[in-house]
Amino acid sequence: MATTETYVGTPVPRKEDAPLVTGQATFIDNHVVAGMVWMELVRPPYVHATIDRIDTTEAASMPGVLAVYTATDLEDAFPAGLPMVWPITEDIKIPTHWPLTKDRIRFAGDAVAVVIAETRAQAEDAAEAVAVEATPLPAVLDLERAATDETVIHEDLGTNVVVHWSHGGGGDQSVFEDPPVLVEERYRQPRLIPNAIEPRGCLAFGIPAAGEYTLVSATQIPHIARVGLSIATGIPESKLRIIAPDVGGGFGSKLNVYAEEALALACARKLGRPIKWIEDRVENYVATIHGRGVLHDCTLAGTEDGDILGMRFVELADMGAYFQLLTPGIPELGGWVYMGPYDTKAYWYEFRGVMTNATPTDAYRGAGRPEATYVIERLVDAYARRIGMDPAAVRRKNLLPPSDDAFTSVMGLQIDSANYEPTFDRALELADYDRIRQEQRARRDAGDPKQLGIGLSSYIEMCGLAPSNILGALRYVAGGWDAAEIECRPDGKIVVRTGTSPHGQGHETSWSQVVADGLGVTPDDVEVLHGDTSVSRLGMDTYGSRSASVGAEAIARALEKVRDKARTIAAHELEVAEDDLEWTDGAFRVAGAPDRARTIPELAASAWHAHSLPDGMEPMLEGTAVFDPPNFTWPGGTHVCIVEVDTETGSTDVLTYVAVDDCGNVINPMIVDGQVHGGVAQGIAEALYEEAVYDESGNLMSSSMTQYLVPTAVEIPSPVLDRTVTPSTTNSLGVKGIGEAGTIASPPAVVNAVIDAVSHLGVTHIEKPASPERVWRAIQEARRAQGSDGQGGAA
Amino acid sequence: MARISVTVNGRQHEADVEPRTLLVYFIREQLGLTGTNIGCDTSTCGSCTIHLDGESVKSCTLLAAQADGREVTTIEAMAAPDGTLHPLQDAFHRNHGLQCGYCTPGMIMAAASLLRENPTPSEEDVREGLEGNLCRCTGYENIVRSVLDAAGATTA
Repeated sequence: MATTETYVGTPVPRKEDAPLVTGQATFIDNHVVAGMVWMELVRPPYVHATIDRIDTTEAASMPGVLAVYTATDLEDAFPAGLPMVWPITEDIKIPTHWPLTKDRIRFAGDAVAVVIAETRAQAEDAAEAVAVEATPLPAVLDLERAATDETVIHEDLGTNVVVHWSHGGGGDQSVFEDPPVLVEERYRQPRLIPNAIEPRGCLAFGIPAAGEYTLVSATQIPHIARVGLSIATGIPESKLRIIAPDVGGGFGSKLNVYAEEALALACARKLGRPIKWIEDRVENYVATIHGRGVLHDCTLAGTEDGDILGMRFVELADMGAYFQLLTPGIPELGGWVYMGPYDTKAYWYEFRGVMTNATPTDAYRGAGRPEATYVIERLVDAYARRIGMDPAAVRRKNLLPPSDDAFTSVMGLQIDSANYEPTFDRALELADYDRIRQEQRARRDAGDPKQLGIGLSSYIEMCGLAPSNILGALRYVAGGWDAAEIECRPDGKIVVRTGTSPHGQGHETSWSQVVADGLGVTPDDVEVLHGDTSVSRLGMDTYGSRSASVGAEAIARALEKVRDKARTIAAHELEVAEDDLEWTDGAFRVAGAPDRARTIPELAASAWHAHSLPDGMEPMLEGTAVFDPPNFTWPGGTHVCIVEVDTETGSTDVLTYVAVDDCGNVINPMIVDGQVHGGVAQGIAEALYEEAVYDESGNLMSSSMTQYLVPTAVEIPSPVLDRTVTPSTTNSLGVKGIGEAGTIASPPAVVNAVIDAVSHLGVTHIEKPASPERVWRAIQEARRAQGSDGQGGAA
Repeated sequence: MARISVTVNGRQHEADVEPRTLLVYFIREQLGLTGTNIGCDTSTCGSCTIHLDGESVKSCTLLAAQADGREVTTIEAMAAPDGTLHPLQDAFHRNHGLQCGYCTPGMIMAAASLLRENPTPSEEDVREGLEGNLCRCTGYENIVRSVLDAAGATTA
């Protein structure tokens, strides 16, 4: 239906919701096909060991068991190992990563065999009956210890330090020589477990005689997975279809090509039966990627009056036992934002990637940028404390100047546009910063056991991945483009095939809004298809806050092509020159005679029946575009967190959380707010609750949701949100991306607030997560250090 | 095998179940009602929340055999037979109370139980009432708004 209403910028309710609220979603575990059998992986009871013998005899004879395969049995099934697509340096040492390990177990998720059985229960029972005899080796979990190579995890590589990447520096490095103020800090960030509420899973089936296979998988990246799984299994891409059904959250954990996907395809091929695998949560905690796991040595050079001259960061990053798809590239993704939103004179960042006997790390919401933002913002607070200046004043003094155009930053890349001061000022205004500082002083003066703390975090992020030429220069093996196909049906409906692959982000709604405005129809007239390599042929999927700035921009470009063709048909039918037509009120109208008009649905019908098209014009009104962005996008913002810390118990309550972000133009403010809500919650979780904890033998102690503290509605506050709008210069929509901003900004805002609440007691450092125990111990230690300890020893 | 008789969404089912079969697997795999999701195996996440004799329970905490002779309601029975959404389903939609939607059936079932016990909850009541259900997408903000909105709708 043609309409004159516009939709971009308005909170259109989601088109995705009806199946999801009624229990009719197509999550992977809901997929069943005739003849389907179940796969279960045999995970070892070791984190580091040499395998002596695997005995599958008993398992193979159990009821319902069709096959038990070890790595040896599947040697022919995998012409190559699992893909890693970002060899970030020329001399990076890349461990071979087979779907099943053969001689050595390197982490708790390192499967040694697969069992295929008629039912899931039979597969689980048989997997438990596979006997693994192995000789344990020392487990290396600590990053610094791993870096000593006392125990080498991949002997063929000769070292655990498999990669050293250096940005190379920017600006004037002499600022670090004898500056007026030099702040040196060390910050540790533990491993985090992504915890998409839907575990992973997949279903592989095919026609072996034709060599054709389909994999339905809970993945964020059907298009990239097709390339990677084709390489791993040898099934040509032309005969491999990947379908991402409804996917129950990702946060980076489903941005990968996993062993189980390759194994399901291999077993479907070998057995000629559809193979299904569903991960359980305990398995998810060891077999699905982790995030973070880094240690930073940080240096800030500044003046006595608050000018940041330069910051320098040297990082050790935990790679885990193997590289997954992007593992070594994750720290580097943060490697371009270590100046924050500040106008520093000098830039330095380098990291070493270290193998450990733990689950591989990879992209977890924010991917490198939260790690960077955390240490920058902790360091700025440490600097403010050192010079006795208000942390807000230090930040504001150093913000980059505004620019509507792209400009080159000290780290060497161009920032698309910037205007940080209004964002910063609005955040402080919403937090009622000055009043809270007064209240903080009053509580301190009164010796109140409950103290207030205020934490700030100003950030910049690099997202909208990405210009292919820059990715190439950074040695990423794929491109960063995305694609859209728009097809106008004769019934007036529009079919859009997008290369993005949403898993909660609401692309069907947002993309419909863009198309509706572009073609003069309503969002309900637009059907957005995605997540199937046979339906949306071209794409680079959804991660890195790229979908709007690359995927929706591809739609905007395809819309231009559709409208160009539509204009030609309209001019032909109205017997006027194309220049005499104007696009107004949702139709092509003859200038000066607006009632003489053609709408897109009318022109779609003309192009379909093709009875009277201009000479030489092909039938059908459709357009395809592949968009390769000229630059990254660079959102920014300031978050303020106000906490109350009980100095007697160490527990923290978040009283107020303010997030003011600038993600450029906004397509759907309701969805953008939702992204910030979720991102902030994940960051608060990171700051206060979540941590993968290992014992000395390398066993994951936080091994299920009962030990790993994913926060509930009770712990997460209701945040105060606002935005400023500085359109991106990278795309015509002016959008920057908002998927990760909340998670990037919030951890340091919260931890800075906790430290601020007890800084008057002498506390200058608390590690993340700032648990009650850590806060309490920090208070006790500070009191002891100040010689005023009346509380007795630490527990 | 144990023989059980369970009324699910108003319809009586006689079935043979293995003694170890959890109620959630019986609902999903034997009855084919896949709207109830499984997220954690440890009765933590609440994705599998259903109503048993009108009260919300996590269906991974019970054996199917324990539902013998009892009444189960799942997300599939919340909308009216003509497709009209339950006020909570509608409120989740209008308030953007879901993103990926995986926790949503469990959230809606838990919230329905909460509103039955307390038709006019405060924000704090809602947050505490949903403490057994985890969401990783929304930060709970719009879930809480949805439930408060639905409470307004049901008490108006």
